[in-house]
Amino acid sequence: MEAEPMIIAPHNIEQLREEFPLLHQKVNGSPLIYLDNAATTQKPLYVIESITNYYTGYNANIHRGVHHLANLATDAFEKARNKVKRFISASTDSEIIFTSGTTDAINLVAQTFGKSTLQKGDEILLSVMEHHSNIVPWQMVAESTGAKIRVIPITSSGEWDLSALDTLIGERTRIVAVNHVSNALGTINPVKILIDKAHIAGAKVLIDGAQAIAHIPVHVGYLDCDFYCFSGHKMYGPTGTGVLYGKKELLEMMPPYRGGGEMIETVSFENTTFNRLPHKFEAGTPNIEGVIALGAAIEFIEQLGWEWMNEQEELLLQAATEMLHSIEGVKIYGTSKHKVPVVSFLAEGIHPYDLGTLLDKQGIAVRTGHHCTQPLWDWYKISGTLRASFSVYNNLEEIGIFKQALLKAISLLK
Amino acid sequence: MKMGIEEKQQEVIDEFGVFSDWMQKYEYIIELGKELPLIDEKYKTDDHLIRGCQSRVWLNAAMDESGVILFTADSDAIITKGLIALVIRVLSGEKPTDIVGADLHFVKDIGLQEHLSPTRSNGLASMIKQMKIYALAMGRLPA
Ligand SMILES: Cc1ncc(COP(=O)(O)O)c(C=O)c1O
Repeated sequence: MEAEPMIIAPHNIEQLREEFPLLHQKVNGSPLIYLDNAATTQKPLYVIESITNYYTGYNANIHRGVHHLANLATDAFEKARNKVKRFISASTDSEIIFTSGTTDAINLVAQTFGKSTLQKGDEILLSVMEHHSNIVPWQMVAESTGAKIRVIPITSSGEWDLSALDTLIGERTRIVAVNHVSNALGTINPVKILIDKAHIAGAKVLIDGAQAIAHIPVHVGYLDCDFYCFSGHKMYGPTGTGVLYGKKELLEMMPPYRGGGEMIETVSFENTTFNRLPHKFEAGTPNIEGVIALGAAIEFIEQLGWEWMNEQEELLLQAATEMLHSIEGVKIYGTSKHKVPVVSFLAEGIHPYDLGTLLDKQGIAVRTGHHCTQPLWDWYKISGTLRASFSVYNNLEEIGIFKQALLKAISLLK
Repeated sequence: MKMGIEEKQQEVIDEFGVFSDWMQKYEYIIELGKELPLIDEKYKTDDHLIRGCQSRVWLNAAMDESGVILFTADSDAIITKGLIALVIRVLSGEKPTDIVGADLHFVKDIGLQEHLSPTRSNGLASMIKQMKIYALAMGRLPA
């Protein structure tokens, strides 16, 4: 008989909160209300313990020893790769490259695929709502290859203006790089439509999934994107971990990125040959405990299940949206019907820094500022917003306290 | 007799001593921020801008005939502006050498040191640095 699976992610918010030790603390004398989940999520015990277990039980370098511990560690590391593969429905483990995060993954593609294929006059298509991490790497490669950057405009609700696509995608379009979900607005973008259009024009598509991966099921096979990137720390996993998914035939033709150990097959001073995928792109000793813990984070998400998570998150999004609408002078930026639980907003006549400071005094953690999307705020002609971003462990009671804290702060600042 | 930097700091510390919670403290800072027309509009240019990532601060310094420096400043965030008002009250009207050597311990003493941490990126810490740089430069000018 098979043993009952261990409960690591209970379907009860109070019990679930018990899995996140960090949540139970006071900040400035009030119970912490953590609403900065889009920046990074907190970590459940199951993930934290996977790191402790690694260091107390089987820490060893991977892929190179014959000894017992090296085998255990290598096994756990490669199992995590397989979990990622299943989680995003890639076709083989060798399409999963571990990186230090989304930023690292995008830079990898820009510096290898981008640099080796782009020519003067070629076009890279981004959108107004990209994170700086999905702008700057492309500017750097555009600078060195002579390629040009074009930008998908948005509508006032914070959605792509799809009517512009047909003029923006043309025969010079080589790379399209856009986010799946906007970190600043919460919009879930219709990436499938864009991917199909880009492919008809012969372009390759990279999807920045940093904000999607914890909120919506991702199926790279269905999307048919060429690259998909995300960070472990935004999905209950550790910092310093990330994934680049790439279609195998593209990864095969791309030159290596960083040189070093792990990524080679043979080295001599005359001629070095490179390792096979995925190791070709993983130079040096990787973040072993991080990758193993990322695997644990995937198990955690899978046990929660998308259906339950999405139901909770939809409730939170609705409640937060209604709450903000009920306060006079508050304006929400990003009003698409398709959103993850993120609300970006401003209170009339009040600087976000002031409001954020007074919320912090009341134990509430929100993000203020430009959220690394300055071109987006230039488009809206503001300098930034306050952003409250929710996760499965937030509850409606917290939204009630958030409202009281906001009212208090606004009345002080008015 | 005119108060020096140390006396002015002590005065601010005494004023804050009566507040029993953060609300009262911030109410007062916000009041200070609202009250002061801090800088002439003509100085609100990029030349006078100190970039904190989140709130912007403009600073101007001028030396009067008696050899003391008069600071004016402004910010787009009201809490930053209130804190600026306090710093200006302490440093403005002082001699360059006194400004350069000043230890602004009052910020910590009134429990607002978090606003000087670089992660707040509100421009206050950079403003104080800039004030000292002005003082250093102006102290070298022939009076
Ligand atoms: C949409 C988006 N892209 C990229 C990133 C960069 O992720 P990381 O800092 O983990 O590399 C973020 C993180 O804030 C993000 O929200």
